[in-house]
Amino acid sequence: MIIGSVQGLGRVGLRFFNQLGESGLFLLKTVFQKPRLIKATPLLIQEIFFVGVFSLPIMLVASLFIGMVVGLQGFNILSQFSATGELGQLVALSVVRELGPVVGALLFAGRAGSALTAEIGLMKTTEQLASMEMMGVDPLWRVVAPRFWAGVISLPLLTIIFCVVAVFGGDLIGVEWLGIDGGAFWSNMQASVDFHNDVLNGVIKSAVFGALITWIAVYQGYATEPTASGISRATTRTVVYSSLTVLGMDFVLTAIMMGGW
Amino acid sequence: MGNCGHTDPLIRLEGVTFRRGDKIIFNNVSLSIPRGKITAIMGPSGTGKTTLLQLIGGALRPESGHVYYDGLCVDELSERQLYVLREKMGMLFQHSALFTNLSVYDNVAFPIREHTQLPEFFIRYLVLMKLEAVGLRGAKDLFPSELSGGMARRVALARAMALDPELIMYDEPFTGQDPISMGVLVQLVKKFNDALNMTSIIVSHDVPETVSIADYIYIFSNGVIVGEGTPEALANNQNPHVLQFLKGLADGAVPFHYPASHYEQDLFQGKEEGVMH
Repeated sequence: MIIGSVQGLGRVGLRFFNQLGESGLFLLKTVFQKPRLIKATPLLIQEIFFVGVFSLPIMLVASLFIGMVVGLQGFNILSQFSATGELGQLVALSVVRELGPVVGALLFAGRAGSALTAEIGLMKTTEQLASMEMMGVDPLWRVVAPRFWAGVISLPLLTIIFCVVAVFGGDLIGVEWLGIDGGAFWSNMQASVDFHNDVLNGVIKSAVFGALITWIAVYQGYATEPTASGISRATTRTVVYSSLTVLGMDFVLTAIMMGGW
Repeated sequence: MGNCGHTDPLIRLEGVTFRRGDKIIFNNVSLSIPRGKITAIMGPSGTGKTTLLQLIGGALRPESGHVYYDGLCVDELSERQLYVLREKMGMLFQHSALFTNLSVYDNVAFPIREHTQLPEFFIRYLVLMKLEAVGLRGAKDLFPSELSGGMARRVALARAMALDPELIMYDEPFTGQDPISMGVLVQLVKKFNDALNMTSIIVSHDVPETVSIADYIYIFSNGVIVGEGTPEALANNQNPHVLQFLKGLADGAVPFHYPASHYEQDLFQGKEEGVMH
């Protein structure tokens, strides 16, 4: 009984590290390619369009509402201390430091990560990747690398847009609706948000999340079992793994950044 | 590669053994594929015919033995060398494997764009010539989802031929085709082989179509070659596996029944278990 459970634990551990190693090698092969800028640039731009621009609507709507909710909640609490003038600071800091990078990454995993996995998985299932290999074209270069870099580039940009719109949402609720003084709202925000500690760190976080999510997504797609149920499992795994990784990594990064790196 | 005269076979397999898990797919197989000829690899489903093509293309490596392409040992090449070698090979996949997000034109242009620096107007000439050869120039703006199965396979054929390969491998080219597309494909395979002096390998279990165009045939069963020869020679082969396969008999050397326990015993055992539970 005990031996059985220890064995089970060992098996799970071995499988985990096996997959981690495999996906690590996969990432290295994807990233370290001979640069061929003339051919790669149009592919990258196309993928940024699919991965980034198509994620814009969901990001815009979500960030507006998140900014509005933070504004409303913050106003209620701050009004108990007659400190509603600090609302700008509250909204901006919570959005720029945490909500922007994390919620943006979670939405990105659901919107773009799952789509990447399904697309690459289906290409594998229909032998498109195999046929590319037989034509002497490396699918890691042609299919995987542009998608990976598109994710790494897109998410920080999306996160910046996310933060801007969320702050605007807070302003909409605080200043336009609940009647806080606009000057206090914006000047308090300006005084308290630091470019390096808050904005830059948030963008760095989102770049790390972007790399992690697209790495998981393209690997899951590439390693999918070539059946319908295989693709559905791979897509689910992408969303689950990348959401958990983002939340866990957020804690680690926050701890490092708070320590004043 | 100077030692390879044109009388040498293009591809040689020497003592190739390959297994998937515990199942032996090839057991010490040796064969050679002559240049400029159509060689057919035949055998029942599940005998590893597609695996053979993957071994030749270097997508799989044998457990023991070697695969030689024009004197080059394929299983010892690095991945980068393999990609270079594959530019000389074309392959027609069983399910066509067209890129679904590209039009017919772009599918055929894909290998040319990837491997050459030709200007776009020149690529257009090449693509239109290839499409004309398979009779689908008029379909150049369609997408793979708009094609019938037979048309998709012809586009895939045009794409496999795009770089004028030395070797073209057909994986089940006739399976699932209506008689008209089947006739078209048979004719195209033969025409391309003769006109372009290519070496062709057809993996198939469609006996009459394959026999009608093949110059040499290997018949596989259970991981070994059970018969080989020209179509005429094979027609007189008395090996039970060859006879059963070429004539399509339901029972013979390959039994109709999958190995199982004794029938009556199995039935009664089930009954007893049913009573007991």
